[in-house]
This record gives sequence, structure tokens and C-alpha cells, in this order.
Amino acid sequence: MSDTTLSGSKIETETVVPAASGKKAPKGYSVSTLPGFSIIAIFTFFALYAPIMILVLYSFNAGTSLAIWEGFSLRWYAQAAGNERVIDAAIRSLILAGSAATIASISATMAALATTRTRRFKGRTMIYALINQPLMVPEIVTAVALLIVFAWIKVMTGYTSLLYLVAAHTAFCIPFAYLPIRARLETMDDTLEVAARDLYASPMQVFRRVTLPLMWPGIIAGFMLAFVISLDDVVITEFVKSAGQETIPTYMLGQLRRVVTPEVNAISTIILVAGAVLVSLFFWVSRERR
Amino acid sequence: MPETALKTRPATTESETAVDVIGISKLFGSNQEIRALDDVSVAIRKNEFFTLLGPSGCGKTTLLRVIAGFEPPTRGSLHLGGRDISRLAPNQRPINTVFQNYALFPHMSVANNIAFGLEMLGKPKNDIRDKVTEMLQLVRMEELRSRRTSEISGGQQQRVALARALAPQPEVLLLDEPLSALDLKLRKEMQIELKRLQSETGLTFIFVTHDQEEALTMSDRIAVMNAGKILQVGSPREIYAHPSERFVANFIGESNFLNAHLSGNRVTLEAGGGTYEAVAPEGVADGKVSVLVRPEHASARPGEAAGEELAATVETVVYSGDATSLHLRLKTGETLKTKMPNGPEQSTAFGEGDAAAVTIAPGAVTILKD
Repeated sequence: MSDTTLSGSKIETETVVPAASGKKAPKGYSVSTLPGFSIIAIFTFFALYAPIMILVLYSFNAGTSLAIWEGFSLRWYAQAAGNERVIDAAIRSLILAGSAATIASISATMAALATTRTRRFKGRTMIYALINQPLMVPEIVTAVALLIVFAWIKVMTGYTSLLYLVAAHTAFCIPFAYLPIRARLETMDDTLEVAARDLYASPMQVFRRVTLPLMWPGIIAGFMLAFVISLDDVVITEFVKSAGQETIPTYMLGQLRRVVTPEVNAISTIILVAGAVLVSLFFWVSRERR
Repeated sequence: MPETALKTRPATTESETAVDVIGISKLFGSNQEIRALDDVSVAIRKNEFFTLLGPSGCGKTTLLRVIAGFEPPTRGSLHLGGRDISRLAPNQRPINTVFQNYALFPHMSVANNIAFGLEMLGKPKNDIRDKVTEMLQLVRMEELRSRRTSEISGGQQQRVALARALAPQPEVLLLDEPLSALDLKLRKEMQIELKRLQSETGLTFIFVTHDQEEALTMSDRIAVMNAGKILQVGSPREIYAHPSERFVANFIGESNFLNAHLSGNRVTLEAGGGTYEAVAPEGVADGKVSVLVRPEHASARPGEAAGEELAATVETVVYSGDATSLHLRLKTGETLKTKMPNGPEQSTAFGEGDAAAVTIAPGAVTILKD
């Protein structure tokens, strides 16, 4: 045992793999030894992260330009933090993403339970398709449709509030919350629930004591995904929002139409860092659980 | 002479019935076309180690799931201590299960796993704590009480699964191939451990396995199943020595099947030799029958057959340490295996192609109904 793992790890770290090393060859085979692998990998990472690096870098620019470096400064962070419209939009974004992700996670949890913890029923594949519909329908179509329907309701009731946005965001967040939760449920051994039943737990106790604690990592993953998706949505928000209901992305879009300053970079950087912290936190929490 | 399986255990026939399975059928599939259980009836006694033995797909696990309440029977009823429990949910039956993959709760410690059933029954906290400690002692796991179940070995998980199922003091313990995931050495240890737990707790154990050796060494009684039916119920000795039909004989141990002629209670083999006394099972009439002879009940000596011996030719000699097996060809063309213990002498007196004279022990001929 220790012999094979030892040689296995050795092969991985070596740059050259002996092609004819007998039966160990398939185990030692790795795409990383193909010609050009490193170059393509480095280029891909560069293409992915270089623009973001530049964005982050210019958020610290002392000047007003996005192209000419004029020295280090935190002035754009200060300006963003002191800008009431930014703060207003940020709070609205967080409330919106928080409520939409919460409602979406609860609905998605129920949908996932209904599609994995019931006997196979006719049309289950159809249900999958319907739940995941927002992933397939182009966002712009949904946006226009919602614009028309909500306008209609607004005219009839005269009611305007953030609820329209919450409803719209919840709708497109559901599949993003649903997918990780369903994946979690599908990998969960359902004999655990049978065992709990066998040990005198009522169906409700089974859910509270066994199913729910075990699916938590999936629910948290679903919630975070939904939260992030809601947080950076532009298209549907732009169509659905009433006057003055700016979120961070729509505020930034509006800014770009006028004067472009590194303030937008500063806000982006803050969102970026917040997102990274959130995701790291999730990984850390789920590792602790295991 | 033993007759049918049940008649030979007069000492225990009167003992109380724990689980009474009455005419249970279980049909699966969209058109109910799969018959997993086909009109199964069996009475399992109190305090016995009862084994359901059969090949995979024979319905043994389905029967266990019906008893546990995980599957409702299509037809038939189930009684526990005289009470009809057919309609009760699994959490309402005083029956616990040890699952094949143990199904331990991964988000709980060893102690919390064991306490689960007691908590669900609403037992007082102090009682639960005492009972958990007692169970941990019973399965010799005291030091590991606060470990996660993922941090203990397979054999230890097995013990926790047992303790968890025993803690609520069920009337019946169901075990679904609990030893199949363990390696040979551990499996032998756990076989002894299970027998110990059964005699210490005095519970009724219903054990499912496809391993005939496991069934023979552990059980008080065995039910051999095939294709959704129970073929024979009896003690390990009865099942092995006097199987009722060819399937049972073939499934358990090594067998020779020979053609014979039955007249009254006397059997004459087509291959010759003398006549043997045997009791025909119900439904077998005089005339041509099939009989079973276990290899270790036939012995051979080199040379030509004389008197009541059967004439045969040696085809293969297999030495296996403690015993030597001969594959013999009888004059009818039938094959006969013999297995004889090895003495301290140097080597076997047989060579391939030699003539051999076979003697079948009295009482070793069993008539099969097939």
C-alpha cells in the first residue's frame, strides 16, 4: 500500500514520466505532462484574472483616470463610502439578495425533497425542466415579460415597492439554489432516513434530526450561490425596478453612462472581496462539518 | 430416522412464537409483475437465532423489510407476539434493524447514535445515559463513545450499529447481511460476537445471509429461500443432512445427486450396490427418484467392488490438507465425489484411472422431491 502511494506521488511531482513503467503507467498518466500544458494553463489564468487585477489596481489610483497611473490612494474608497447613493444602493442590494436567496433556498429545498425523496412519479423529468426553466429562458425575455406583468399590476393596484424585485430575483435564483441542494440529497444515503424511522422517529423527527442536518451544506451552498447571482443581476433588475430603486450593479451601470471614475473600480473591488470571503467561509464551514 | 424438518425438534416446537409470517406476498413493478415474495408463511420462535438463507434476489431481504415495516406486503399478515402489526409504521414496531451498510448517522457521535432510538422513545435523560454506557460495554466500545462514526473502523462501526439497534430493547432484532462488508478474520470474530450478544440479550434474531457457512455455524434454525418462496425450515443439521429438495442440497454444502429406484422405504441406486433405508418426503411416490449423498458420507477403497459396494473409476484425486477428495465415475456414467479425512500416513493409495469400490454410509441416502 505505502509503496504504491509513494511511487504515485513521486510520479506526480516528477516532470518526466517514464512511458513504459509497466502496470503503473495508467495511474501515473497525467494531462499535465502533455506538451504545451503549462503554457496554456498560464495563459488561461492570465486571461481570467489579469483584467480583474487591473481593475483592482486602478481602484487605488490617485488620479481620475482608468488608464493612467498617478500614484496610490484610497480616495475612491472614501468617496464611495461617503456617497449616499452608493450606500443606499448597497443596502438595497443586500436586502434584495438576502430575501430573494432565503425564499429561493426554502422553495428549492422543498422542491429538492419532492424530487428526490418520493417514489418515481410520471413527469418527474418535466418537473426538473420546469424548476430549471430560468436557466434556459434568455434573461432578457424574462425581463420583458416581468416588466409587462408588473406594470399591469402596478397600474391596477398602484402599489410600488421592493417586493416586485424580490419576486423577480427569487424566481431566477431558485434553480441556482435547487441544483446544489438536489446534488446533496442525491449523494445522501437514504437508508439513514430509513434507519431513523426504524429507531422510532416520526416522519417529522426524521426530517429534523437526520435529513435537515445532513442537507445543510447543500442548503448553504444553494443560498450563497443564489445570493451572489441576485447581487450582480443587471438585466432583470433594470427592467423591473421602479424609479429610485437602484441596486449596486444598476447604479454602476448608470455611472458608466456619465463620468467614469475609479469609484466604480473601488465598489467592484469591495464586492469581489466580499464574494471571496463568503465562498472561503463556506468551504471552511463545510470542511469543519466533515 | 429424521423425517421432515419440523418433526425432529420436539423440544422447541412448543416454545412461543415471536414473529408469525402468514401468507405474505410482495409484488413489485408497475404491473405487479415481479413476485419478490410468494405466499410466504413461517413462524419464528422467541429467543431463537433464525436465519433467512438464499441466493441474491431470492426475497430474503424483502421479507426482512416487510417485517421491519419498510415495505407493506401486497397480501398476507404479520403478527408479533400474537398482535397484528401489518399496518404499523416502522417507528411503531418494537423491531430494530442492523443494516448492511450500518447506516450510522454521520453527523452524530458514537454515543449519540446509540442514544437516538431511546431519545425518540422519549426516555428520561438519565436512563438514556446509563443505557448508552451499558450498550457501549456490551459491544466493548467504551473508549470510543465520543468519536465520530467516520473516525472508526468497519468492525467498530458494525458494533455501534448493533448497539444502536439493541439499545431500545426491541422484541426482535433484524440483521441484513451485517457481516458481508467485513474481511474474513473480522467476520469470524463477529460471528462469535453475534452469538454471544444473542444469548446474553435473549432476543429473537432474524439474520439474512447468502453465506451458507455463516448460516450453519450461527443459526438455531434456517429457512432456505429461492424465488420468493421458503423451501425448507429446519436446524442446520437437518438442512444439511436432509435437505428436502435439490435446490437446498445444492445451495448448502457439496452434493452428489444420483438416480435411484424407491420401493416402500428402500432405495436402490441405478449404479448398483446394496439397498438403503430412507424416508420419502411427502408427495414422492415409489419408482424413479433422485437421491442425495454428501461426499463425506461416501468412502472408497482401491480395488474391485465386492458385495454391496459400488464399482467406480478414479478420475481425479484432490488433496486438500485435512482431507482427500476423489472424483469418481460410476458405471452408469454418473459422477460421485467422496471426501475422506487424511490419516497420518504418507500418501493416498489412489491413482487416476484406478478402480475403486465405494461404500455409502447407512442413513446417508436422502430422497429429494424435485
